[in-house]
Amino acid sequence: MQGWGRVLAVTAGRLIAILVAVNAALLVVGLVVAKPEHLACEGPRVGLVFDVGGKNDKSFNEAAWRGVQQAKHELKICVQTIEPSEGADRESALRALAAAGVDLVIGVGFIFSPDLERLATKFPEVVFAGVDYAPSQGVGEIANLVGLQFREHEGSFLVGAIAGLSTKTQNVGFVGGMRIPLIRKFEAGYIAGVKHVCPGCQVQSAYAGSEPKAFADPSLGQDLASAQYARGADIIYHAAGKTGDGVFAAARQRGMRAIGVDSDQFHVAPCCVMTSMVKRVDRAVVEVAQELVAGTLKGGMRELGLADDGVGFVNDMNNAAMLPAEVVAKVNELRADVIAGRIVVPAQ
Amino acid sequence: MSEVIAAVFSLQVLRMAVPYALAALGGAITERSGVIDLALEAKLLFGAFTAAAVAHATGSPLAGVLGGIAAGMLVAAVQCLASLRLGADHVIVGVALNLLALGGTRFLLQLFYGEGANSPPAPGYGDAVLASPIVWLAIVASIVVPIALVKTKWGLRLRAAGDRPDALVAVGVSPVRARLYAALVGGALAGAGGAQLSLAVGGFSADMSGGRGYIALAMVILAGWRPAWAALACVGVALAERLSIELQLRTAAVPAELLHILPYVLTLAVLVVGGARRPPPRALGSR
Repeated sequence: MQGWGRVLAVTAGRLIAILVAVNAALLVVGLVVAKPEHLACEGPRVGLVFDVGGKNDKSFNEAAWRGVQQAKHELKICVQTIEPSEGADRESALRALAAAGVDLVIGVGFIFSPDLERLATKFPEVVFAGVDYAPSQGVGEIANLVGLQFREHEGSFLVGAIAGLSTKTQNVGFVGGMRIPLIRKFEAGYIAGVKHVCPGCQVQSAYAGSEPKAFADPSLGQDLASAQYARGADIIYHAAGKTGDGVFAAARQRGMRAIGVDSDQFHVAPCCVMTSMVKRVDRAVVEVAQELVAGTLKGGMRELGLADDGVGFVNDMNNAAMLPAEVVAKVNELRADVIAGRIVVPAQ
Repeated sequence: MSEVIAAVFSLQVLRMAVPYALAALGGAITERSGVIDLALEAKLLFGAFTAAAVAHATGSPLAGVLGGIAAGMLVAAVQCLASLRLGADHVIVGVALNLLALGGTRFLLQLFYGEGANSPPAPGYGDAVLASPIVWLAIVASIVVPIALVKTKWGLRLRAAGDRPDALVAVGVSPVRARLYAALVGGALAGAGGAQLSLAVGGFSADMSGGRGYIALAMVILAGWRPAWAALACVGVALAERLSIELQLRTAAVPAELLHILPYVLTLAVLVVGGARRPPPRALGSR
């Protein structure tokens, strides 16, 4: 046996050498692969930080990504995006963009709320926007912070009505991601929608967890959905980000129907996605970018609902086979009722 | 009540148990040879990523499974290189590999697909649980591995490497080589477990292993490093997971947060009550 000191010294030396080599290699690859877009770009600069699901989650983040792409082409702005991994680097991603002189920093997801508040006071010359922003307790309006909220319960009410009108088993399901008030809005609206058109229908609901990871565990989503289908549900609506991919996997395997969320998710499972509750994050992002370019962007809360097409459901060529015209007609009636205030959809 | 039991003990549980069980079988083999296998999480994650990437590129889920197996073996090879050839601490190597897998899979996603969290859709095994070759691999492996540990030269040498490496040296066999062969087989199994994670849902997403490798390692230790028992313990974890889902669907009385920790609480309870502690392989973690 060698002495401990010697073993450690040799190991440490070798490890450092290996780590340096690996880092150098990664750096070279990174420099070759990365496109330093922002360096060549002139115009107002918009930075966007994604939530746990990541850019192409085919759902919530993707809607924001579409919005910022559209803004880039229409408004000739420069766009930088960051996809942070789990944990603390969310705040540093926002901070890095703000410190780099970006004019508008957008955080996609409720999880950025406290970070946005902190950074907005620290960088008064930068405008921050939070999709699904929820003010922390005791925090008032901040002049350079735009909160973008949606009336998800209204959109969920409509897809709930679709589920209630379409179920053959009088039994439908809901799979939520993280158990928080925001996702409760989806659930409450959905249940109200089902019960409105089908008072005798049963709604099963389940959540994937109580931490942000609950939005990124498709395997668990598949388990939850399988259990609901096995218990008689024939349509499941999810509000669970990437976890929802597992709901679609279960629907595919069992030939059952599912309802997508945030973006049009038809293409994730063309067999089974009868509609999607779309949340027009893209529209909100474009709007904020337009105001930035026009110089009229101000802080404050905004809420987009059915009335301003901030939420809605998908009804197009793709899903026409699964969505009969009489169902669409009935749901459009309900939509008008909600907009006119004749139906008040519960948010909790 | 009988309804709950029927739902809990369905074939779906088998599908849920497979990633845990394959990782645990791999971990048991690796640990029995004397290598601490904290890197199970890395093998699952790299296996899941590679399986999705290969299946996406070739259109064949079977090629994806093979890719996942190869990735698990590669991680095992690096693990052996660092902890056996370079003499690094096994635990530190494991932690490093797990962290590398978290960041590395994101980096590879960025490199191949220009995004940091999700792979493009990959073909997988749909329909029946038993249609997936990975499920069968898990079933066959939990029968064959315990026998192979006792009956084959490979098994004898790896157990000797884990308990009495000096005895191996005395008969002119390299313990390092015996451990490498053990870890490669273990890595292959864990990599296949990762393939199940991504191919079952049709694509890879970042961090999708969700700590399953750590649970599997806990089951290995709980089972006293006996592979078949470890696999069985993993079925127990899947049952508890399934039970927590059923309860969540049926009762509003118990907070879901409490139900979410049920699998872990049950695991812990079994660990504490489980009595009959078996000692680890004597040379576990030696360099």
